[in-house]
Amino acid sequence: MTIPRAPGERALDLGARSGILAAPVTAKPTGNGLTLAGVRKRFGETTVLKGIDLRAEPGELVVLVGPSGCGKSTLLRCLAGLETPDEGGIHIGDRDVTRLPPKERDIAMVFQSYALYPHLTVRHNLSFGLELRKAPADLIRQRVDEVAGMLGLEKLLDRYPRELSGGQRQRVAMGRAIARRPTLFLFDEPLSNLDAALRTEVRVEIKRLHHQLGTTMVYVTHDQEEAMTLADRLVILNGGLVEQQGPAIDVYREPATRFVGAFLGSPAMSFLPAEATETGLVVGDATLESPTHHRGPCTLGMRTHDVVVDAEGPLELEVRVVETLGHATHAHGLVEGQPFVARLQGHERPAPGDRIRLRPVYMHLFDAESGARIVR
Amino acid sequence: MKRLAAIGVHAAILLAVAFALYPVLWVVSLALSPHESPGAIPWPTEPSLDAMREVVLRTDDEGRYLFLMQTGASLLVAFSTALVAILIATPAAYALSRFRFVGKDASQQALLATQMFPGVAAAIPLYLILDALGLIDHLGGLTLVYATTAVPFAIFQLKGAFDTIPRDLEEAAMVDGATPFEAFRKVVLPAARPALAVTALFAFMTAWNEFILAATFLSREEIFTLPVVLQRYVGEHRAQWGHFAAGAIVVSVPVMALFYWLQRHLVGGLTAGGVKG
Repeated sequence: MTIPRAPGERALDLGARSGILAAPVTAKPTGNGLTLAGVRKRFGETTVLKGIDLRAEPGELVVLVGPSGCGKSTLLRCLAGLETPDEGGIHIGDRDVTRLPPKERDIAMVFQSYALYPHLTVRHNLSFGLELRKAPADLIRQRVDEVAGMLGLEKLLDRYPRELSGGQRQRVAMGRAIARRPTLFLFDEPLSNLDAALRTEVRVEIKRLHHQLGTTMVYVTHDQEEAMTLADRLVILNGGLVEQQGPAIDVYREPATRFVGAFLGSPAMSFLPAEATETGLVVGDATLESPTHHRGPCTLGMRTHDVVVDAEGPLELEVRVVETLGHATHAHGLVEGQPFVARLQGHERPAPGDRIRLRPVYMHLFDAESGARIVR
Repeated sequence: MKRLAAIGVHAAILLAVAFALYPVLWVVSLALSPHESPGAIPWPTEPSLDAMREVVLRTDDEGRYLFLMQTGASLLVAFSTALVAILIATPAAYALSRFRFVGKDASQQALLATQMFPGVAAAIPLYLILDALGLIDHLGGLTLVYATTAVPFAIFQLKGAFDTIPRDLEEAAMVDGATPFEAFRKVVLPAARPALAVTALFAFMTAWNEFILAATFLSREEIFTLPVVLQRYVGEHRAQWGHFAAGAIVVSVPVMALFYWLQRHLVGGLTAGGVKG
């Protein structure tokens, strides 16, 4: 029995791992796209997924992000076949996999806990899936060597998981997924057990692997920075529904809802109640130039970098706390009595109690009631 | 000062060791001095292997080596009990650990209830049942009786062990292409190996050491299990302490051997490193 290969699949580049920034090999998209339609899932009384529609093009890296309890992990488990949706359909390519068991979906998954087989060496962890599929021994050896080369695991092949560091375990978990060459990769918060420095490194590594493999990936995280940096397509989940999806930069620049605006960016977006009138956007005692034809109460959202210091600026920030980052300074305080964070230049260091004038350079307006974005 | 403290600590430890070893040494001493009555200091004055030889090489009227047959019977019953306990308890414990089904709580409580009564309490009903099955004075019957207590105990032990094995491992195996049964056989069972070993050892030892039920259900001398054989040396009219002690040492050997063989499994932590850090 041979291992099914996706159309256009090619041998993996053995020489690629000479430092993560070695010439990225950009592969043609392989694998299959993904379509979810109206996926619902209930656990007892709780409805976790309330009708998810989602599309991923072949080769896309889709990131599902949202606060805990938003249903992102359940959605991933539905994709893996570890849960069956109560309603709706899941297609990988043009195959309906909604009711298929995991083994028939041709997917691989990297677990948050890594879930390495404790009784098997790294080599056998990597080859487990191929052995289950009764792949020929020389193919298994070749795949294991390839994957070990890609991820720098050559020297660890005869060790047991308990003899590895956290970062090494994480690599083995990814290697195990790659060795099978699935048509779809699933990642369930794979970086959350790593320390901060390693997390950034592995994040870049995952991006490189995605370029190199060109396979469709679905990646779940609660970390908005991870989501932004990795995603080709960003999907924001909230309360079991897709709040917004699209290219990461579009979602960041034009959040469809107040929730999305608040979720992306750190420190978070500040919100001020406002009223759009004929004369302008009235925020407390200040009147700003209105960016909209909309009239009536609304919420003005501004990220830290959406304002600049300007002695003539219409908004006044009463500084309470100052955070020095070196390249920038975050001034936390109140604008018109509402909490507000502004990002200043690194050399600008106001003291708590200072009042500084700010001029908006970009404004997000949301409906005061529904929180939906107000389009000009 | 440091030296003095070290001497003190070692003296204390030696005392504790002597305290723990005293009964053992006493039995060894008895076994080696068959012609003396037991004294306070466990040291044979005229060491001799006579008692050991007489116990091990005892023959019946037909010249068969009785002790060897009895050892065989004991081993057979103990191994069978362990095997039956593992074979039945493993799938049962896995089901109780992983699945939700009607009657789950009730069956767990029923299992627990069986552990509350001493085995002897059931001796008479068990006798009637075995009699009806024609299994009185039969090693198969004794194995069944032992299994009634070994199986529930093994289920509890193994359920606890399966509970500590993360579900992620099975799910990873299933995503890797395993059926649920393959995930159980190739991932869960190997990860539970230490617990299986300990459980089997416990079942073996319980059956190996059990006396009262064996004495109740067996009457043919050639299939007596060893505890029954030992007891026979200390009778109403005559106490052959030397023979008793010699037999006791021989009886302990298989258990010690098993412990030695299984000790690498007894050192837990096989699942360490599988998930997280």
